[in-house]
Amino acid sequence: MNWDLLTQLLMNGLIIGALYGVVAMCFVLIYKSTQIVNFAQGEFLLIGAWVCWWFLTTWELPFVVGFLFTLAFMTVFGIVLQTVVLRPMIGEPIISVIMVTIGLSLFFQAAMKWIFGVNVQPFPKVFDVQTIEVFGMQIQTAYVMSLFISLFIMIGFAWFFKSSKHGLAMRATAFDQQVAQSLGISVKNVFAMAWAISAVVSAVAGIVIGIVNGVSDSLAFIGIKVFPAVILGGLDSIIGAIVGGVIIGLLENFAEYADGQWFQVGNMYTIAPFYVLVIILMIKPYGLFGTKDIERV
Amino acid sequence: MAEAALAQDSADLMLSVNNIEVVYDEVILVLRGVSLDVPKGALVTLLGPNGAGKSTTLKAISGLLGTEDGEVTRGDVIYNGVNIANGSPEKVVRDGIFQVMEGRRIIEDMTVIENLRLGAYTRKDSAARIKEDIEKVFHYFPRLKERTGLAGYLSGGEQQMLAIGRSIMSAPKMILLDEPSMGLSPLLVKEVFEIIRTLNKELGITMLLVEQNANMALKHCDYGYIMESGKIVMDGTREELLNNEDVKEFYLGGGGEERKSFKNLKSYKRRKRWL
Repeated sequence: MNWDLLTQLLMNGLIIGALYGVVAMCFVLIYKSTQIVNFAQGEFLLIGAWVCWWFLTTWELPFVVGFLFTLAFMTVFGIVLQTVVLRPMIGEPIISVIMVTIGLSLFFQAAMKWIFGVNVQPFPKVFDVQTIEVFGMQIQTAYVMSLFISLFIMIGFAWFFKSSKHGLAMRATAFDQQVAQSLGISVKNVFAMAWAISAVVSAVAGIVIGIVNGVSDSLAFIGIKVFPAVILGGLDSIIGAIVGGVIIGLLENFAEYADGQWFQVGNMYTIAPFYVLVIILMIKPYGLFGTKDIERV
Repeated sequence: MAEAALAQDSADLMLSVNNIEVVYDEVILVLRGVSLDVPKGALVTLLGPNGAGKSTTLKAISGLLGTEDGEVTRGDVIYNGVNIANGSPEKVVRDGIFQVMEGRRIIEDMTVIENLRLGAYTRKDSAARIKEDIEKVFHYFPRLKERTGLAGYLSGGEQQMLAIGRSIMSAPKMILLDEPSMGLSPLLVKEVFEIIRTLNKELGITMLLVEQNANMALKHCDYGYIMESGKIVMDGTREELLNNEDVKEFYLGGGGEERKSFKNLKSYKRRKRWL
């Protein structure tokens, strides 16, 4: 056994898994509050990363400024997308709404190719030190940053839903829209807020991955990877999304290791999560943390 | 002279529903001209059988009709001198009318405190003020304070208390209560009604109460309306209604002696002619 390689890969898995968890949380946020399965989640990463890249290269802004501008842009983007495209779909059959999000996904991918081209574009250098050593392992600085950002976002989500007024309003809307309205909550604003938060946080993940791997179409693929994570965790559980994300991240890196050491079939890294998806759907369709209805005894 | 009296009257009125018609899905006519007045500080009850349109009347006031594809097609709902018919529910809550919906409808996967905090969603007050008000709710409903788990695990009575507590968290001027007695044991019904009356008296919150339990509702109200198939068929003060033979017979049980034979049952049917 090659322990060094294994631990290195598992460390990578943990870091990338935390990012999957963050994106999965965004997906669950939209699903929970608006009952929309957002197939365009990966495109949020793509758009966020490209917009940030554009700020940094064309406008030559410092990273922090460009980053903040990107977040502001994504907030507006999320709200506009919800108001213009998805609000008219309220009350339509679920399959129509799904078709709309698939359409959005194709549209944004094509639009990004059209605007920014098809080549992988490296991010301008953000950190002076490219890798740092942690417990004898070489880890990209961006990944260390991403782990901290992921943790920060998760704590932020926990605080938001537990303690803030708008987080409570969002949970109330997820539970029962009519009740939420009777409490004076504007369901339309909650929907817009959910999309905005989802777009912003996904963009952060997109930027982090973009810094490491360069910005390209493949970022949108994270949106597909998030499905196994979300299904594993339970479609409507925020905690489940994090746990699912981390498990999928670890699993795909372990699959890569196992593949390289023993099986030699290639591409296990990409495929393993989807095996999990199929198995989970067969044996535990509600996932690890999916909703169980409260029953009073 | 008469006009002056009317002006005086409307100054004391908190809510006045004037001849409203409500249509669901653009075809189903549910309310066929309902009018009722709720004076400031009063506890007014609206009685009637299933399907009479009581809940619809409340939803027409609170604006929740819109969430069920309903619409006020005629008449108006005057609240403090402004027509709020077909208004958005958010605005109605902000203006001070809070509806406690039928079947409690608390948020089951939240704790008691989170539910109460949500009641104060529209308020701009500081967290400290809201905390004070939560304590106030616990003062009226002491048993809620001990419940720290999810609200979904509360008993039916406790859930009803939480629903009422949540409504006073919005610092309302008026509460619309839809069947607070539903599914509760007689003892609990008594307790809940006593609390409703206390809140009405002590906090000065005007209440419009929809009930099937006519005995309890009439015992505690100031004024009552009786509704049947989308219309108000009778109204009066507490004493008037309690002493009315028809009300006694159809809503309070008991009444005359003529129920003994089937023959009389027919006349019983015929007597229901107040329409």
